[in-house]
Amino acid sequence: MRTTKRQRRIAAVVLMMFVVLCIAPLSLTVLNSFKKSPEIIRNPLSVSISAGLENYRRAWKYGRFSSGFLNSIKLCSSAIITALTGAVLAAYVIANKKVRGTSVITVYFLVAMTIPFQLFLVPLYSTFAKYGLLGNHFAVGMIIGACNLPFSVTLMRTFFLGVPRELEEQARIDGAGTWQVIRRIILPIISPGIITVAIIVGLNSWNEYLLTATFLMGEKNFTATMGMLSLISVNLTDPGTNLAGAVILIGPVLAFFLTMQKYFIEGIVSGSVKG
Amino acid sequence: MKKKIPYYLMLMPAVALSLFIVLVPAVNTVISSFTDWNGISEERTFIGFQNYNDLLNDSVFIKAFFNNLKWLGMFLTVPVLMGLIAAGFLLYKRRSRNFYQVIFLCPYVIAPVANSLLWLTMIYNPVSGIMGVLGLQSPLVQRETALAGVAAVDIWHYWGFLAIIFFSALRQTPMDQVEAALVEGCNGFQLFRYIYFHSMLPTFRLMMIMIVINSFRTFDYIYLLTRGGPARATETLATLSYNLAFGMFQYGKASAVALIMSFIGLAASCIYVHFSRLEEIE
Repeated sequence: MRTTKRQRRIAAVVLMMFVVLCIAPLSLTVLNSFKKSPEIIRNPLSVSISAGLENYRRAWKYGRFSSGFLNSIKLCSSAIITALTGAVLAAYVIANKKVRGTSVITVYFLVAMTIPFQLFLVPLYSTFAKYGLLGNHFAVGMIIGACNLPFSVTLMRTFFLGVPRELEEQARIDGAGTWQVIRRIILPIISPGIITVAIIVGLNSWNEYLLTATFLMGEKNFTATMGMLSLISVNLTDPGTNLAGAVILIGPVLAFFLTMQKYFIEGIVSGSVKG
Repeated sequence: MKKKIPYYLMLMPAVALSLFIVLVPAVNTVISSFTDWNGISEERTFIGFQNYNDLLNDSVFIKAFFNNLKWLGMFLTVPVLMGLIAAGFLLYKRRSRNFYQVIFLCPYVIAPVANSLLWLTMIYNPVSGIMGVLGLQSPLVQRETALAGVAAVDIWHYWGFLAIIFFSALRQTPMDQVEAALVEGCNGFQLFRYIYFHSMLPTFRLMMIMIVINSFRTFDYIYLLTRGGPARATETLATLSYNLAFGMFQYGKASAVALIMSFIGLAASCIYVHFSRLEEIE
């Protein structure tokens, strides 16, 4: 599309305003996380590093981020493995309509995306309590994986639909075994989908806090997000430490997002853009 | 039939998991909505539709429902407009669009916990935040502005997502239509309205329905920022259900609220499917 310089300049101005909107709160947070609390209160806009890393040290300790991150990682990996395994296997069957009833299942998963968690939270909690699974990160990860299944199945189904059936059939006629078909034909086409599902499910479980807060009681079970919550509730008059805690929580996610942005954007888009 | 067994096995993990973790408890909750169970004790007595009756006559429930409607109104307009404008202007910037897309998505990938803290401390705080610098009071403590205050944080979080989706849909506009319109002398705005927007309409409709469905489920930011206060000014169906269950041990009523929420979402999905089928026939 041919654009004039004037059009591009107007676009740049408008877009930069949006950029400022997005970045301003984040930069203020990072900026103030290096200041002592009284100084933040005096002037939140000033630039200084009076507290150095002191806020961060305190936030790390009182937010229990060392155990928190470990627990978060356990939770996320469990959720990702659950969602991926279920979604890849099921999506293959659904996309290729190998079995009767696949359309029912497709509709079920589409509808399941609209179910609010309050609908299953309490009975699930009682069941987990009965079987002593309340502090188990892997079990809770499975719940999160199950909640992300509808989206994952729908997304993987889209990717599987992109595998030309003739290709698979031709390969079988040429004598390829099942394993070879998977490795050389199916896998290369769906691997972007696998990465995307992993990233999105991983992100959702990292940021998740309601299910984790309900099912994971006890401080030693806290994930990073819950550690953050407890830090805030204990530390009401010390904005410096809280902000440092927020940066600790956000940092890894943003870094990961920046490296994986291509897959992330593709994933979001392919799940929602039609036509 | 024997040949199909491996395929049934492949469906098993996803279906079984979803069934046991979502569907079975959901049925349990549906049944509970017709009882007066408090969520803990063993006794449960059937009371028919009494929970639903009580709710429809409960001013808090009505208020929560209207808060969801207000939320819906705010989300159907503000982030959608922002997303459309940004997406439209992104069309003009070929080389820097990736930079913008990444920045716009940053608020979206950050945890609600962190976002809420950011806004509470750096913006809404009368002492340490921007509001303090400007001499304004935090909108979260005043009943008239509380819901809008919470919505602002979630809009900041969500609008980038819409922008990216809209932009991706806009890029799929067939260029020959664009060229033809330019030849006929369309200016920028007309071009957008009749060619680009028309082309992305299916995606636009889908996102609007998602906003409707999610507006009735919204929980995280309200719970984190105001817990439903002040004086129930930000109470929504989701927070009401949660408070009834875990705060007031009225699990039967909480289930009824949850069921009502699901019905609204289901109705919205059905309407959407109906209309998109109609469109396909055209």
